[in-house]
Amino acid sequence: MATKNIMIVGVGGQGSLLASKLLGHLLLTRGYDVKVSEVHGMSQRGGSVVTYVRYGEKVYSPVIDEGEADCIVSFELLEAARWMRFAKKDGVIVTNTQTIDPMPVITGAAEYPSQLVEKMTDKGIKVDAMDALTLAEEAGSAKAVNLVLLGRLSNYFDDIPADAWQEAIAACVPEKFLELNKKAFALGRG
Amino acid sequence: MKELMLGNKAVARGLYEAGCEFISSYPGTPSTEITEEAVKYDEITCEWAPNEKVAMEAAFGASLAGRRSFTGMKHVGLNVAADPLYTMSYTGVNAGMVIGVADDAGMHSSQNEQDSRHHAIAAKVPMLEPSDSAEAREFAMAAFELSEEFDTPVLLKMCTRVAHSQSVVEPGVREEHRKEYQKDIAKYVMMPGNAIRRHPIVEERTSKLACYAEDCPFNRVEMGGKEIGVIADSTSYQYVKEVFGDTVSILKLGLVNPLPEQLIKDFAAQVDTLYVVEELDPIIENHVRSLGLPVKGKDVLPICGEFSQNLVAKALGGEAHSGIALDDAIPPRPPVMCAGCPHRGLFFTLKKLGCTVLGDIGCYTLGAVAPLGAMEMTLCMGASISSLHGFNKALGAESENKTVAVIGDSTFMHSGMTGLANVAYNQSNSTVIILDNSITGMTGHQQNPTTGYNIKGDPAGKINLEALCEAFGFKNIRVIDPYNLEECENVIKEELAKNEPSVIISRRPCALLKYVKHNPPIAVSRDKCRSCKSCMKIGCPAISMKKLDGDEKEKAHIDATLCVGCGVCEQLCPFDAFTEGGKA
Repeated sequence: MATKNIMIVGVGGQGSLLASKLLGHLLLTRGYDVKVSEVHGMSQRGGSVVTYVRYGEKVYSPVIDEGEADCIVSFELLEAARWMRFAKKDGVIVTNTQTIDPMPVITGAAEYPSQLVEKMTDKGIKVDAMDALTLAEEAGSAKAVNLVLLGRLSNYFDDIPADAWQEAIAACVPEKFLELNKKAFALGRG
Repeated sequence: MKELMLGNKAVARGLYEAGCEFISSYPGTPSTEITEEAVKYDEITCEWAPNEKVAMEAAFGASLAGRRSFTGMKHVGLNVAADPLYTMSYTGVNAGMVIGVADDAGMHSSQNEQDSRHHAIAAKVPMLEPSDSAEAREFAMAAFELSEEFDTPVLLKMCTRVAHSQSVVEPGVREEHRKEYQKDIAKYVMMPGNAIRRHPIVEERTSKLACYAEDCPFNRVEMGGKEIGVIADSTSYQYVKEVFGDTVSILKLGLVNPLPEQLIKDFAAQVDTLYVVEELDPIIENHVRSLGLPVKGKDVLPICGEFSQNLVAKALGGEAHSGIALDDAIPPRPPVMCAGCPHRGLFFTLKKLGCTVLGDIGCYTLGAVAPLGAMEMTLCMGASISSLHGFNKALGAESENKTVAVIGDSTFMHSGMTGLANVAYNQSNSTVIILDNSITGMTGHQQNPTTGYNIKGDPAGKINLEALCEAFGFKNIRVIDPYNLEECENVIKEELAKNEPSVIISRRPCALLKYVKHNPPIAVSRDKCRSCKSCMKIGCPAISMKKLDGDEKEKAHIDATLCVGCGVCEQLCPFDAFTEGGKA
């Protein structure tokens, strides 16, 4: 099979590292070669962050380039728009509709663009938008946005059964938060 | 069992399996996790040193004593440790010694984009360069063998994409490798009479290593299509494979110093067009040219920045991908100081007072960005204090009463202390502000000699900053709380006005530290807020101007999930619209 590419994007501090860890673990147990590339350090301080997850028979490059992502999972709406050009033309963007103003918007130096979901859809990209924050709060914590989005993402993996996702969650999440995260995942999966 | 492992974790695994017993490092992105992962193995004694030079010398001592040792640092850290490195090349080692150095092409978290391979060449020590996590583990282990076989420290070069990417690793078991310490004055005392005899040994070793490079397990040829031949190292190899698979031939180099000659000539002879694909400087390319071979490299590929598969595809005539962008301008999202960051109040005050601020390396470098824009110089670790001294000596009264240096607690211990000694000794009228947030923040919360804890979080020696400054001879040592704007302003004014040097310690732990107790979020009274935007001057990510139901115009709004109740904004509001949580 050709290598598949998933990007996880968001704002530093939103919990994307757990999402990529879980995804990487799951894909490895399914017998794939896997590479996951993360950003640490300076960019994590509330900046735009991106994680690349690639899997297939044999994966070489650790990064995903423009026009290559089968799926982009975005924790924040503006970040979905920022990274959209990395999606394949027939790729899908799973995005949270939550917005977090970047500093240039806070200071008034720039405006947060309006109607981003519609504009992305108009460009011919499939956009699967959801209010992950509300579902995460329903599951018990605003911090569970990552598992809600992974739940929605799981719908796009025909080859991975639901129980494999459950096992991966159990393997990567501390026991104390397991039920909360399982609930968040289930709400996201719908 | 196969495991998905971060490149840095794989290095730590390799160190463990190779019997490494001592690690001393200074944190620096993207190298930090090597030591943080290694500390999880009880068989290895791990430490954070005050700086890279101390770390390297400590590791050298352990090697001399007969225990395999390691020191890890980022590319610029190797500059700090260059002094011991260049002479350790002469002494060689007893037990194997490996130096991990992580470059940061693309400058994700660095002040420059230097290529560490230059240090390997100049210091005349071998350098191994893995291209994924499996190689990171294997090369870390092999580096000890090389070190002992050739009697030399060995550099293990990482880059951001190898250090911070996870790929599949199959761990093995640990083997112990110890040596006895043996007194050998001619080998280990590098005074002229001995060093003169050691230098030819270094040259001979380099010749032997160059022969070894011709047929070593780190360099390999993968023959494919013969129209294009590519010599590549590190992730560049991965990008070439990604784009071209086996339609091109590749000479993959894992030992990047010294470089082979015959291996390259033989490879070049088999292909029509030869390329070198390497990030940063044209080191392999220049070597290939010195062999008289026609080659393409930096004429088609950039010297600046990171590579990617599309970039390599475009340069070598492969298939590049493209995507679709929105027509709207997407506002950038630069990193910012966190909500509740203790540095914010201090920088606000320095800006208010119109100070010229010479800065240093750490989270607080973000004091230079809008809306604070309150830092005018950042060079390297420790440079704030030494530069302030020179600045004030050059301008005298013109600058002394309005110019300050700001430096974090960890950076101060790293190389700020010596600059402060210079201020004390050569007596400039300088005002130095130590931003003591009780942790090394930028690299992700590492302990340092001022925090009282070691790398494991156990109690350790704790250096008292006030006592240290006093011992340097400073008469003016003030401690302030950066959450208290009035105190900050008064003390900074007073110390700048004095005609003698001062140290101000701005003390408040990093808001992200787990033990820090936060106040409830601040609330804004919509009735009292008059949209003056005074609160927007501090660039707090928790504060924005929003129009809520019933508002005629935008008013200050606080994101309660981000706000930690530091109260700095409350002190700025002329209309008392901000109140501590629960009182609104």
